[in-house]
Amino acid sequence: MRRIYRRIEQIAGNVITLRAEHVSYRELAEVFVRGGQSLAQVIRLEGDRVALQVFSGTRGITTDAEAVFLGHPMQTSFSPALLGRVFTGIGVPRDKGPVITENPIPIGGPSVNPAKRIIPYRMIRTGIPMIDVFNTLVESQKLPIFSVAGEPYNPLLARIALQAEVDIIILGGMGLKYDDYLFFRDTLEEQGALSRSILFIHTAADPTVECLMTPDIALAVAEQFALQGKRVLVLLTDMTNFADALKEIAITMEQVPSNRGYPGDLYSQLAARYEKAVDFDDAGSITILAATTMPGDDVTHPVPDNTGYITEGQFYLRNGHIEPFGSLSRLKQLVNKDTRKDHRTIMNSMIQLYAAYKESQEKRAMGFRMSAWDQSLLKYGARFEKEMMDLNVNIPLEKALDLGWAIMAGCFEPAETGIPTQMIDEFWPVKARGLPAEGLV
Amino acid sequence: MTTKRGTISGINGNLMTVEFEDAVIQNEVAYAVLGDTRLKAEVIRVRGRRADLQVFEDTTGLQVGGTVEFTGQLLSVELAPGLLGQIFDGLQNPLPKLAEQCGFFLKRGTYLPAIPRDRAWAYTPAVKPGAIVRAGDTLGTVPEGIFTHRIMAPFTLAGSWTLEYAAPAGNYTVEQEIARLRPGGYAGQARLRSNSPRGREQETLSVSMLQTWPVKIPIRCYAERLKPGEPLITKIRILDTFFPVARGGTYCIPGPFGAGKTVLQQLTSRHADVDIVIIAACGERAGEVVETLREFPHLTDPRTGRTLMERTIIVCNTSSMPVAAREASVYTGVTLAEYYRQMGLNVLLLADSTSRWAQALREMSGRLEEIPGEEAFPAYLESVIASFYERGGIVRLNDKTFGSVTIGGTVSPAGGNFEEPVTQATLKVVGAFHGLSRDRANARRFPSIHPLESWSKYRSIVPRTELDLARRVLRAGNEVDQMMKVLGEEGTSLADFVIYLKAEYLDAVYLQQDAYHPVDGATSAERQKYVFHYLVGILGTPMKFADKAVARKFFQTLTQITKDWNETPQEAPAFSEIEARLKQMVAEVTDDA
Repeated sequence: MRRIYRRIEQIAGNVITLRAEHVSYRELAEVFVRGGQSLAQVIRLEGDRVALQVFSGTRGITTDAEAVFLGHPMQTSFSPALLGRVFTGIGVPRDKGPVITENPIPIGGPSVNPAKRIIPYRMIRTGIPMIDVFNTLVESQKLPIFSVAGEPYNPLLARIALQAEVDIIILGGMGLKYDDYLFFRDTLEEQGALSRSILFIHTAADPTVECLMTPDIALAVAEQFALQGKRVLVLLTDMTNFADALKEIAITMEQVPSNRGYPGDLYSQLAARYEKAVDFDDAGSITILAATTMPGDDVTHPVPDNTGYITEGQFYLRNGHIEPFGSLSRLKQLVNKDTRKDHRTIMNSMIQLYAAYKESQEKRAMGFRMSAWDQSLLKYGARFEKEMMDLNVNIPLEKALDLGWAIMAGCFEPAETGIPTQMIDEFWPVKARGLPAEGLV
Repeated sequence: MTTKRGTISGINGNLMTVEFEDAVIQNEVAYAVLGDTRLKAEVIRVRGRRADLQVFEDTTGLQVGGTVEFTGQLLSVELAPGLLGQIFDGLQNPLPKLAEQCGFFLKRGTYLPAIPRDRAWAYTPAVKPGAIVRAGDTLGTVPEGIFTHRIMAPFTLAGSWTLEYAAPAGNYTVEQEIARLRPGGYAGQARLRSNSPRGREQETLSVSMLQTWPVKIPIRCYAERLKPGEPLITKIRILDTFFPVARGGTYCIPGPFGAGKTVLQQLTSRHADVDIVIIAACGERAGEVVETLREFPHLTDPRTGRTLMERTIIVCNTSSMPVAAREASVYTGVTLAEYYRQMGLNVLLLADSTSRWAQALREMSGRLEEIPGEEAFPAYLESVIASFYERGGIVRLNDKTFGSVTIGGTVSPAGGNFEEPVTQATLKVVGAFHGLSRDRANARRFPSIHPLESWSKYRSIVPRTELDLARRVLRAGNEVDQMMKVLGEEGTSLADFVIYLKAEYLDAVYLQQDAYHPVDGATSAERQKYVFHYLVGILGTPMKFADKAVARKFFQTLTQITKDWNETPQEAPAFSEIEARLKQMVAEVTDDA
């Protein structure tokens, strides 16, 4: 049954209000605008007043425009034919391929029953020591990369995606620069990964409302693949744009803003997306890596702040490398017990020493005399930054652990590292054992 | 009685406005009918003939003109044997059963009974016919795992009642009659507090093991509330020694993300010296709940030799589950805690995180278009938080036994800033504050509880004089550290430098604890007292060094050996060997002058 309405009472921002009956909450409608039509979604019902959020924006809508209610909420199509394709944020082909309409599935579906989840146990190897050794990425983890505009977060996402052993890569781009979209597409194509990828791209030039749909569509498709037993990696970039789109709609709807103009439900909205990351009992998994740009490099900004509480850790990308402080993979404890015995020791000791190095560096910057201990720390810090932190380093975990022992042995005496004696006996490189570190001679 | 009905007149997110004809009750439960499913909702405001309801489910598909059925009941939980070991959502739906029925996803509108109806329990009556009983008095018992579960007279009874019939010992399901009560005892007048019509006052009341109780009302069937005093051992050194929690006390753990709040809660849930632990996972990650519910059945409780799951109830409403049920989940948790307290047990309720619950209040308040308070939180935030923590406490029950509910809530302050409304409202009402520090977390100093900013009003397990000395050293060490940042190491005297090293030493070997180490991860109260006494001895020893490099070297070695000591079981021979070695090391640098 098609129900057509022509009486638009209010147009404000991307939202139109009209009078209609028998409309369901979140139902989809088609609104005819000059020279075409656009999808719209019900976002508020008040008596017979219906507020619709128009996907393509309200520019050019006349007050007697036709609205047709479709009788179902937002859907997207799910089929293996999606693989290798590029779509817009609402699932319209962006490449020259055919429109896919078969097998529609609802988006933003219910959350997974916690009783059907399992504890993640598979490490995702990336070849980046700062991730593999210090903040191991785990399958089904949800992890954002916090950085400022200008940092190479998109190349980092692409690199992890290509090196990770997953079955399917789904990219949800929100407010992406056109060049960044081309970068992702070309990189995936060059590395031969496009055929196992699906791209949902909302570029900065597209209507804002479509940005809100992008993660939901990407994750709904990912969920279906995961239910078929596939291991899916979802890349979302940039979630701050998504949050800004939420803010825009909330303000239009005259909601009371809570913090810097963002709506009070920002946390729940972000969580609804991130919590789609899952390792199913007897099926596949979804891992989510997201880029979150921090306006003004401020981690207390509502978007990174709320994100940090939702996700299982975060990577800080600053000055082109992953920061050892603040970066955290909350799930690493689940996998690093089974990699190698010394993994945790290396992880903790090297960071503690690096923290001490930072203090010495500060002291040096202030012109204080460097003690012998400071000298060893400075030497250590420099090596650590060059041999471990540099994003160009690409070595497997085991090599990285060996390198860690070598760096420490080159700079310290065993006791100075605070490592339990038992570990020292087993792993401390033999040649260097017992010799005083150069700085102390 | 026919069901009262209403008609939907508006929907905005999870807020539903309903026009009604008859009377409605504030906080009454209602169901929105959507095809053949019914979505649970709660009345939260009434204006004229319109009621605003918060819907505990996704509202997609509801229409203006749709039917709403009112139940006349406040939001309640079921109380009976069979709660322990279960995993509920915020509305007390058993999640594993839901999974059996609905598969991977939480299908909205599916509600299952919290307590299995078909399971029979071995019931032993405790009182004989003719006995006078009051609300909360024990009628009989059933064994529930390792506990003796008391079957109590309904908490809704008012005044004294006479036991007319007591079922003989045997197996009964939770819905079968185990007693009949007649109003009146020697005190005379009695009637049900609930809205039963007055004409039925003189009828007898059939009692089964199952009773329901509205979650937002505290259970108050006890003789008196006492002051918490006895420490609750968590086996986390910095807590038990420095910032203790008392049985029946309340505490909060505010901290920025990544500071280790949840790990701390998980450790507490494992090691805490209580009978029952209730975990209310409120608006947090599903993964954390999964860790608990998958691991607990395989972990042994050292106190009882049974699995930890047998003393645990999980109430989880994770962040992607419907927001309105978040508020319900903390209340469900605390009501279950109070129920077991009534049996003379010590219960610990861990709420993670109360900020998410406050945010749920904020979301709802925004939709109701209430005048916002600070950071858009509603003006009633403080009183709501205060009355929640006030449900903790140690009580003397009517039968002279004691029971307690200890509440530990995490707070997730926006931006890690403790000045925000939820943290401040919480600090006013709790007995201990375990503030987590991002700096300590970054430096991998776990647990990252700030040793100088945190506080506790409860009594520690170690002598006060020792504690004061340790605190003085930590504070002085911090001052020297600050000074060194300005003056540099060369501008600091050797004596001050040694104080700094002592503070760092205490931090490294006592305040910090490796949660993942089998021995270091849990330190018993006896061991804490022993080790702390010993360390305080070292802190109080005057020491002499040639220069700062020697002093640093000495403390580095001392730290490492003490850490080895921490990782050695107290009964192992190595324990006293290391102790002797430490003694000797300290003796060598002692300044006798």
